[in-house]
Amino acid sequence: MGWYNKRLAKSIWVFHISASPCNNCDIEILDLLTPRYDIERFGIKLVGSIRHADALLVTGILNRKVGPRVKAIYEQAPRPCFAVGVGSCPASGCCFKDSYNIPSSPKDTIPFDLFIPGCPPKPENMIEGVVKLVEVLNG
Amino acid sequence: MTLTHVFYLLIFPGLLFTGVLGMLVGWVDRKVSARFQFRVGPPLLQNFNDFFKLLGKETIVTKESVAAMFLSAPFIAFGMLVLVSAMVGVALFYGAGFGGDIIVIMYLLMIYSVMVILGGSSTGNVYSSVGAGREIKLLLADELAFILVILVPIIKSGYELELGAILSAQAEQGVFIGSASGVIAFIIGILSIQAKMTLPPFDIPEAETEIVEGPFMEYSGPPLAFWKLSRLMMWVIFPFFLILILWGGFNFTGLGILWSLLKYLLIVVVMIIIKNTNPRVRIDTSLNFFWKYLTPLGFVAIILAILGV
Repeated sequence: MGWYNKRLAKSIWVFHISASPCNNCDIEILDLLTPRYDIERFGIKLVGSIRHADALLVTGILNRKVGPRVKAIYEQAPRPCFAVGVGSCPASGCCFKDSYNIPSSPKDTIPFDLFIPGCPPKPENMIEGVVKLVEVLNG
Repeated sequence: MTLTHVFYLLIFPGLLFTGVLGMLVGWVDRKVSARFQFRVGPPLLQNFNDFFKLLGKETIVTKESVAAMFLSAPFIAFGMLVLVSAMVGVALFYGAGFGGDIIVIMYLLMIYSVMVILGGSSTGNVYSSVGAGREIKLLLADELAFILVILVPIIKSGYELELGAILSAQAEQGVFIGSASGVIAFIIGILSIQAKMTLPPFDIPEAETEIVEGPFMEYSGPPLAFWKLSRLMMWVIFPFFLILILWGGFNFTGLGILWSLLKYLLIVVVMIIIKNTNPRVRIDTSLNFFWKYLTPLGFVAIILAILGV
């Protein structure tokens, strides 16, 4: 699998799920595609269909309403597929932690492989997270 | 079917050569597009990585889809393009062909579009069906202009229906692009190729921002890889075909190699520039454009060709 994982590491197509975010993380994700950070250098491309995706970027607090939807989308992705939680919300619930509409552990909604903390994380942080994912793939 | 034919089909002008060259030219497309937006762009072997990665992914067939059609469409379409690339390549590099092969090429290219329509409409997804419907409309729009473009060299070569004969006619009486009708046909040719490859501004069927890649939306894994490879191979087939019928083919002696390469890159770069400087048109705008402007212009080119200009 080593050869295949190297190919996968050089061509990660990401699908962006907004699970009721405050939109700050989404803006920072879009920054990655702009000329300043240009993540296409690493072969990373934003795709519109979940069937083409290799990694899901989940932003937002994953509350009781949107959690099942995120789970349904995750199940539609072709394997191998990685779930990356962007921002503090998917990891810990951030400042919404004790709200009535947040399940006790939002990060168990789907099996996350990686969290990129920050509120919102800087684009540099996200690139670092992606590099860690690539390192795991490369063994 | 001798061993040479297998070689033509699978290795030199066919599958391997066109596939590898298509992926490299696809990289040129992505790189130049990135430079247009002041980005750096992907590395050289990006399209190879994408292709091999997709080969290893899971293939999902939805419950609503017509599985046989859904799974066979990308491979039939790919096979058609391999055939076209072999025929165009054999005529370009060996000057060989058979009577009426230009008509066979027109049909095979049509079958590719039909496969996109069938594959897109068999997925059971609404967006895919919308994309397939748009593909039909785009086919209606560009097909007539494309056929008129092909008629011009046929008339100018003295009603030859063979690619090799068209090429040798150009060797005798000068390249067709040197005449008024040839120039008009070439300009219409580049625009209708843009529509046949569904590049912007004619990317109506796959419109990523509104119907998320349209017919290809539900595909994943190897079938998607072959759709992507087919689309990359078109970067080779269509410019080669245009060079073959209007611009006198390739010349592999001395500086001719450089000039041949320049001809090919010129067409590719013009297409990339059109792609990057134009927003997507609506379906009615594109029908207007092809039927009101390009098709009458095509008829003018044919009349000029008959008059011998």
